[in-house]
Amino acid sequence: MASIILPASPSESRPGRFGVYGGRYVPETLVAALDELEHAYAEARADAAFEAELNTLLTDYAGRPTPLYFAKRLTESLGGAKIYLKREDLLHTGAHKINNALGQGLLAKRMGKKRVIAETGAGQHGVATATVCALLNLECVVYMGDVDMERQELNVKRMKLLGAEVRGVSSGSKTLKDAISEAMRDWVTNVRTTYYLLGSALGAHPYPTMVRDFHRCISREIKSQILEKEGRLPTAVVACVGGGSNAIGAFYEFLNDREVRLIGVEAGGRGTALGEHAARFQGGAPGVLQGTFSYVLQDEDGQIALTHSVSAGLDYASIGPEHAMLHDTGRAEYVSQDDAAALDAVVRLARTEGILPALESAHAVAEAIRIAPTFSARDILVVNVSGRGDKDMGILARELKL
Amino acid sequence: MPIRFDRKPGLVVYLTAGDPSLDATRAIALAAIDAGADVIELGVPFSDPLGDGPVIQRAMERALAHGTRLKDVLGIARDIRAARRAAGLVIFSYLNPILRYGLKRFADDAKAAGVDGVLATDMIVEEAGEYLAEMSRVGLAPIFLAAPTSPDARLEAIATHTKGFVYAISRTGITGTQAAVAGDAAALVARIRRWSRLPVAVGFGISNAEHVAQVAEFADAAVIGSAIVELIERATPETAPDAVARFIKGLRLPHAALAR
Repeated sequence: MASIILPASPSESRPGRFGVYGGRYVPETLVAALDELEHAYAEARADAAFEAELNTLLTDYAGRPTPLYFAKRLTESLGGAKIYLKREDLLHTGAHKINNALGQGLLAKRMGKKRVIAETGAGQHGVATATVCALLNLECVVYMGDVDMERQELNVKRMKLLGAEVRGVSSGSKTLKDAISEAMRDWVTNVRTTYYLLGSALGAHPYPTMVRDFHRCISREIKSQILEKEGRLPTAVVACVGGGSNAIGAFYEFLNDREVRLIGVEAGGRGTALGEHAARFQGGAPGVLQGTFSYVLQDEDGQIALTHSVSAGLDYASIGPEHAMLHDTGRAEYVSQDDAAALDAVVRLARTEGILPALESAHAVAEAIRIAPTFSARDILVVNVSGRGDKDMGILARELKL
Repeated sequence: MPIRFDRKPGLVVYLTAGDPSLDATRAIALAAIDAGADVIELGVPFSDPLGDGPVIQRAMERALAHGTRLKDVLGIARDIRAARRAAGLVIFSYLNPILRYGLKRFADDAKAAGVDGVLATDMIVEEAGEYLAEMSRVGLAPIFLAAPTSPDARLEAIATHTKGFVYAISRTGITGTQAAVAGDAAALVARIRRWSRLPVAVGFGISNAEHVAQVAEFADAAVIGSAIVELIERATPETAPDAVARFIKGLRLPHAALAR
């Protein structure tokens, strides 16, 4: 079923393709801009000065490397595998999103673009983009679904404080998907002057590759840190998957280490019926949404399904194309955890370790809680805590009756 | 292959199929042809039309709310073809409904319905290998968009693979009306003509007789979309065919342009 669309020549190995997935399915108006971006990105990556500037900002401004923390009390309370937490939540702005926002922000500056637009779901990418635009003196407009603006109100205020304009999106499901569509409408209109700072490993080529590259530092650090602490690679790396940027960043350097299991955790929402969850690999089918060919939650007519998750950042109908390939080849496994399990995981991590994870990251924590007891004490689980939960206090207070 | 623009300027009329109903779309299309439309573009409603402005977004929402499906759109295409042999008939769709229907099955069914061409808004020439093969197998004209931002090398590729007519986008942006035809459009059409002998139709923001007259100076046809969809939105299903017919007749009247 995945061979619906193939490159012009099957023997042709093209950039931006992950197996049959990925590619570039956009209005013609954007193609030249994507070409320009692809070339500018390739030039930047080959420029030692760009790498040096980015690395300095990642270290001195964002706070890399982030710690790999042995969660002793959580481990002991579960019995089984040793659990390590990759603390992306400790980064400036509170999530891994800053890695990519800094990289693309520098690229926008290098390309001479003065205006930056972005979409955001949970608001973490919007905050990271607003932050980088303040730092680099760029105009910033962030599109955000009305539902997400309401449930992630704190991040809306942060973006405004940072000088960004936040534009609510009232079409469709009023969540991340609709914010991306509106950002793309802006970009297609203002393409000559505007840089679209896409926040997940989604969209048309070169975005999935570029966003993944800017988050590779996560798995690079995990690898050296775990080798230093344990002298061996982990049994498994666990990460939540919305669009999939933190997960691909946490997986990438382990792709060739076949003994390391890679586990992506999708949002199981509040039920298994279409519309009640955002588990693309359980009910989705290959299709094209917002520029890329990947798994998509859709009905039998190819209309995109509504989704639900307690976490705005995982509440999306498609998934990054590289994950689609890793799913089909079996290199990574994808499971889901529902809203209730994520909320339980927040409480458990808060009370055993004093760490409040974002609701998105809590899905990965929930999976670790489920599987840790099935492993032996010699096994090591690394959980990517992609963001911190302060932004979710409103939802948590309501759901947990605090 | 009846995609022809015998009159000058040619008129391509876009309708969102199923808005306000399939029966109404069929009646409006027939009225539009009788009023002088050379080509009807039947738009397949899609849940996430990221290339469209608010007018067509609303039309698609209404069409989907009545459960309009791709097979229904092909059904009214068949009816229109049976009733009007000479008109050009194009399916205008986002890619995903076509993929879900099955590319091969879509090509077969569209051809069987009497459709002449297909315009998939988010399909670009580089990705179109299998798509082009299917269009070619059944003899459907693949129509690609050409944009003001498309460099010459891309226009050459677009011209190479397009059949029927080249659809030139008048300006960067999404569909919708505008005050004046952008200066981008004439330059783009001139560049397209370096690579293609096909007729060139200009669309996006063409909404009145004045615009059509301007387009006629440098292109073969004008595409009218949002202006007609908005007219349908304001009419009732019963009055829409007449309203659209009157509007289309007014687009070619020379004095209508001069009077402004």
